[in-house]
Amino acid sequence: MKPASFDYLRPATVADALAALAAGGDDARVIAGGQSLMPMLNMRLVQPRLLIDLSRLEELRTLKADSGWLSVGAAVTQAELLSRPTLRDEVPLLAAALPWVGHFQTRNRGTVCGSVAHADPSAEMPLCLVATGGAVVLRNAKRRRTVAAADFFVGPLTTVKAADEIVESVRFPLAAAGSGHAFREVSMRHGDFAITACAATVDGTQASLAVGGVADRPTLRSWPLVGGALLSDLDAALNAFAWDLGGDDDQHATARYRRDLVRRIGRTVLEEALSCRR
Amino acid sequence: MPPLKSAATPVASVLAADARHTVTVVLNGTPRTGQAHPRLLLSDFLRHELGAHGTRVGCEHGVCGACTVRIDGVAQRACLTLAVQADGRRIDTVEGLSQSNQGPTEGRMTALQEAFRRHHALQCGFCTAGILMSLSDYLGRNPKPTEEELRDMLSGHLCRCTGYAGIVRAVMDVTGQAAACDTRSGEAAHV
Amino acid sequence: MTVMRTVWNGAADPKAAAGTGAPALVGRPMPRVEDGALLTGVARYADDLPAKPGTLHAAILRSPHAHAEILGVDTAAALAVPGVAAVVTGTDAQRVASPFLVGVRAPMEHWCLAVDRVRHVGEPVAVVLADSRYQAEDALDRIAVRYRPLPPVTSIVQALDPASEPLHPALGSNLVNSRSFRYGDPEAAFARADRSVSVEVEFPRNSCTPMECFVVLADHDAAEDAYEVLSNFSGPFAVHPVMARALKVPGSRLRLKTPPHSGGSFGNKQAVFPYIVLMAVCARVAGRPVKWVEDRLEHLMAATSATARRMRIDAAVEADGRVLALRMEQTEDCGAYLRAPEPASLYRNHGNLTGAYDIPNLAVTNRIVVTNKTPTGLNRGFGGGQLYYGLERLMNRVAVELGLDPLDVIRRNLVAAEAMPYRTASGGSLDSGDYPATLEEAVRDGALDALKARRDARRAEGRLYGIGYAAVVEPSISNMGYITTVLTAEERRKAGPKNGAQATASVAVDPTGGVSVHVSSAPQGQGHRTVLAQVVADVFGLRFEDVRVNTDLDTGKDAWSIASGNYSSRFAGAVAGAAQVAATRLRDRMAALVAGSLNSRPEEVRFAGGKVFAAGNPDNALSFSRVAAAGHWAPGTLPDGREAALRETAFWTPEPLKAPTDADYINSSACYGFIFDFCGVEIDRDTGAVRIDRYVTMHDAGRLLNPLLVEGQILGGFAHAVGAALYEEYAYGDDGRFLSGTFADYLVPTACEVPVPVILHRESPSPVTPLGAKGVGEGNCMSTPACLANAVADALGGPVPSLPLTPAKIAALIHPPEPPRPAGPAGAVAAPAPSASGGRGLSGEGSREVPAPPEQVWAILLDPKELAALLPGCEALDRAGPDAYRAEVVVGIGPVRGRYTAEVALSDLDPPRSLTLSGSGSSALGTGRGTGHVTLERTAGGTRVTYRYSAEVGGKVAAVGGRMLDSASRLLIGQFFEKLVARAGGAPAPAERPGLLARLLRFLGLNR
Repeated sequence: MKPASFDYLRPATVADALAALAAGGDDARVIAGGQSLMPMLNMRLVQPRLLIDLSRLEELRTLKADSGWLSVGAAVTQAELLSRPTLRDEVPLLAAALPWVGHFQTRNRGTVCGSVAHADPSAEMPLCLVATGGAVVLRNAKRRRTVAAADFFVGPLTTVKAADEIVESVRFPLAAAGSGHAFREVSMRHGDFAITACAATVDGTQASLAVGGVADRPTLRSWPLVGGALLSDLDAALNAFAWDLGGDDDQHATARYRRDLVRRIGRTVLEEALSCRR
Repeated sequence: MPPLKSAATPVASVLAADARHTVTVVLNGTPRTGQAHPRLLLSDFLRHELGAHGTRVGCEHGVCGACTVRIDGVAQRACLTLAVQADGRRIDTVEGLSQSNQGPTEGRMTALQEAFRRHHALQCGFCTAGILMSLSDYLGRNPKPTEEELRDMLSGHLCRCTGYAGIVRAVMDVTGQAAACDTRSGEAAHV
Repeated sequence: MTVMRTVWNGAADPKAAAGTGAPALVGRPMPRVEDGALLTGVARYADDLPAKPGTLHAAILRSPHAHAEILGVDTAAALAVPGVAAVVTGTDAQRVASPFLVGVRAPMEHWCLAVDRVRHVGEPVAVVLADSRYQAEDALDRIAVRYRPLPPVTSIVQALDPASEPLHPALGSNLVNSRSFRYGDPEAAFARADRSVSVEVEFPRNSCTPMECFVVLADHDAAEDAYEVLSNFSGPFAVHPVMARALKVPGSRLRLKTPPHSGGSFGNKQAVFPYIVLMAVCARVAGRPVKWVEDRLEHLMAATSATARRMRIDAAVEADGRVLALRMEQTEDCGAYLRAPEPASLYRNHGNLTGAYDIPNLAVTNRIVVTNKTPTGLNRGFGGGQLYYGLERLMNRVAVELGLDPLDVIRRNLVAAEAMPYRTASGGSLDSGDYPATLEEAVRDGALDALKARRDARRAEGRLYGIGYAAVVEPSISNMGYITTVLTAEERRKAGPKNGAQATASVAVDPTGGVSVHVSSAPQGQGHRTVLAQVVADVFGLRFEDVRVNTDLDTGKDAWSIASGNYSSRFAGAVAGAAQVAATRLRDRMAALVAGSLNSRPEEVRFAGGKVFAAGNPDNALSFSRVAAAGHWAPGTLPDGREAALRETAFWTPEPLKAPTDADYINSSACYGFIFDFCGVEIDRDTGAVRIDRYVTMHDAGRLLNPLLVEGQILGGFAHAVGAALYEEYAYGDDGRFLSGTFADYLVPTACEVPVPVILHRESPSPVTPLGAKGVGEGNCMSTPACLANAVADALGGPVPSLPLTPAKIAALIHPPEPPRPAGPAGAVAAPAPSASGGRGLSGEGSREVPAPPEQVWAILLDPKELAALLPGCEALDRAGPDAYRAEVVVGIGPVRGRYTAEVALSDLDPPRSLTLSGSGSSALGTGRGTGHVTLERTAGGTRVTYRYSAEVGGKVAAVGGRMLDSASRLLIGQFFEKLVARAGGAPAPAERPGLLARLLRFLGLNR
């Protein structure tokens, strides 16, 4: 269980990295924390010819709250974000969900952007990005573009990111006054990928529920608040959402179980989010 | 495999796949140099290139935690790190916790290691080095964890021998906290 | 029987320190001598030891198929890979080795490398030997193996079906062995009983997965045709002759060594033995030393597994809950081969099939089947988890069906103290203990009343809370003859008697007076060295640190027997006992030699405090080192020319272990501990998750040699049992694909999942073992799964799903029926295709309107150029026959890509109405097969294309990526039909799936 051969580039600048990526095309992969990529390399599921290491690029170590967004650069680890003292106020959903990402030891190295780029349908970071209405900043050698989270994920391990692009940063909107947030996930063991993860956000006008682990990508649905309260027929709405998400059976859980969790945990987090509005 | 060549690519800094490259780390305080192909895992580099066998390899996909070392002080999986990525870094492994290779271990181990022995926190010992390295980082950040916090951190390690009770007990003891996990009290910790 | 709670802990111990009154070490919670090296990283495991110069590193090519014929293996390309020295195949194995011996007389051949057929995913097919493991793995992908898949057999029920494809054609069926046993008069008991109660259960495959995987370093000495192997093999060394026979050498030419430290086994490292043979073969073929380190994917996929077992038990019961007789039917899934020492798992508990109960009448039918799964082997609890899961679920059902308290049913049936030693119906001899009193003590000290109050309170709050019980006997020190119970008496007579459980220990004194101990117990982390130092120091009246213990084993130099090794919880009873016997003999010889100079008789010589003296004159003492060293320095001064007392080797076997009788009575183990457990669990109504609220486990394991280590063994066994009950399963698809290939899918419990049990002890010394100790490490693997399941049954008030008791399975029982899908258009999210269920192949269907007549769509499908454009990732498509093609495709999801050579065929052609498109291929990532049935229906606007597909994905990608397999497969299959629609001029995907087509085109690399 050892990786196949590859050339290794530790670029001096992001521009160098992007130039190499453009030249390498589909045979090149970028690595930052490597907590998703390295297992796939070790198992030889992924066999790039060139590995471009972003982890030491200071340009990508940005972590700042600015003009309504918390922007997290590609080299910022999950642990660094979690230890940000103001995170609970800036993006409370992230503060709630980050402890569920892997383990202490993998958060120490795994990056937020890497998790988003990897696009595991059960992962917490893509879910939070979708739940909060965040965005992904993609960059190649020629240009930079910003893609809304809802448009970024298109399938298991599949995103709209082109082969010559990197996820330069991800942006989470700063929580508005009067909004509420809640996160829960059900997994087999502590730290496992979610069977179902639910992230709720409530603002002055609507309640939203994002679900991971059921469909082939994190998926968001919103409902208007009625007189400041959740829909009276929330059960029906959640049932419709659960059926639309579908889900698959695997050796740990059935699709039906996943949908049941959407109905049950989904309601719980929506109620929590509503009750903890600030 | 030929190295990638492109006008736009800074070819000079590419480490070619089929060559061995010099990697220098500060291992437990001592600069050490070895050779590594780009694909060589840090776990293999430490064990087989530098002869530091104290770091164990249990799964090579980042789940079991046996290979956890500190890189620039931070506990991480050596199996999910390339040796070339560690170049220039400070690497701390279990061998550096005490100077026990100088003779009998009695009295030379750290308080944590002593507590592990006292509380039978290890049996086969294969997972132990990784757990000690995680703890040496974690307890620096959180010197008095609750049992729940501690178990959360420990969930990044798999141990098949102990059921974790002795490990939790050892850490709670060494952090000066009330005994947890007493199998005799009749008050089992509820997880 | 007295409770021996404290009596062994001090001077009152009659065996301690030769009666000198010095506090004994045995019985004390001594910290371990092993720990210093382990905690500081200087301990040496097998992979840390130096390899010989010129050692080649091995990587193993493994079958992606559950069941297939091997049509050919082409190694030419692999041999061309830089660094590769040799590629070894089944042909080489046939040349230099033999198949492994099988424990029953059945025509099945198990080779160390597959010869003409593979029978489970992960079976070794070829070995690459190269300068590094990295290079060896490079070459694996270059070996071309042609397979012809065969129908897989993936369940016990299927294996019992005579129509199932036989794994071993010469055997004719997949039922390898069937034996029936009858003890007492079960028919009469059933006839007179008030009623009968039944359970049918199935115990899943799982394994204890030690953190260190297998390691083998092998070398062949061509001059002497002898093999030298270092491996973290755990025993039983009964497997040594199996290995030697497979290598076609006498045992003396297979020198097997074990390393100083081993990273856990729990039985599993018994299963390294086929790889010892395989690497020895490789070393011989390559003419160089070979090293192989198993990786975790290999271990999970193909190392070993506990058996799966189906069990039906009927109990003849009286109205008061008294069980008069049992009728058991057990069917054991041993995987693809009956690998030594199987079918031991099924017979290990034969003498204690009735558990802790006084049930005099018993009828048993045991069947052994083979399936297309990894061969089974030793695993903590070996056979006991399976047996007691059935038996204790049955006792629970007896209570439920009779309306009795489950605890009362247990009480009513326990073996009485006065009956000890109790002979079981099938011939076991329960050696000591007061089971009823032990149970009552656990009920009191474990506070069962408080737990019941807690249950009442939780239930009053509307919560799901249950209490479970289990009472079992824990066998230890296996009788080497029990396995032959699988044979008929006639077959046993031909084979010669097998019995006993010989333990070996050597104790020596050196010229400085140091004492060293060697045993052949092959420890894997249990602390044998510590306990032996306690035992031997007590015998000589020395300090703990004065005794040095060596547990490395070298079959070329050390004393050992076929019973040696680390299994059946034999250490405390047999090995520590043998060490005491050897040390005592040596001490007695020293006493005889020194008695004269102390003016004493030998039996009055005392050893204590590092001194040797006469009992009546302690002031006239010699130092122990002086006495011990005399045999080295001054043998001429020994009286009567007697031999010096330098070393003693004891071979000790428990007296009561005889071969099975002609009537099949067998005392299958030397000792039987007693365990009584109870627990409280709560089930989350939303998630179905089981939370262990409180767990109490009471053990009577005889005399406790080191309570700290005993506690460690119980905690470890308990953790394994929690895993087996709630999390762990080696899962397979119905198509035989393996689904638990990583530690992300094989769910070993973490610190957050394992609670701390309350541990209680009683000590009823075994009359059978020298120290009165019994085994203790496996018991909770036997009792705990049943206890937890009984608690879950109590919480649910009804049936329990099969193990592991996952949240999804329990939720299916407690959640109301799923509300129907609302009518009307789907929302913003795409409607999913019908889901496959876990394990079965993927299937789905779809339908699309195309603005072209059926004839045009038909033409597209029949045109190879068009077909090439439709196939995802197709790089080349060549005609291979009528309507058959060979295609080169690169497919995958995200960064995961595999290059497949695929066979594609069109069949059932009914132009222009319907056809079937099928394809299959394999790559380094695994295998894929799919079938799509396409129907074209003329409509007003053109054609309605309807498709139905099924697919199977196997090999590595299934083992490590099962979680995303369905959605990934669906995405790929969807691509084909979306493309078809597009080629036929259809509209882009419907509005509710914006961007799908674009996404697929991008995925196919068409619009980059």
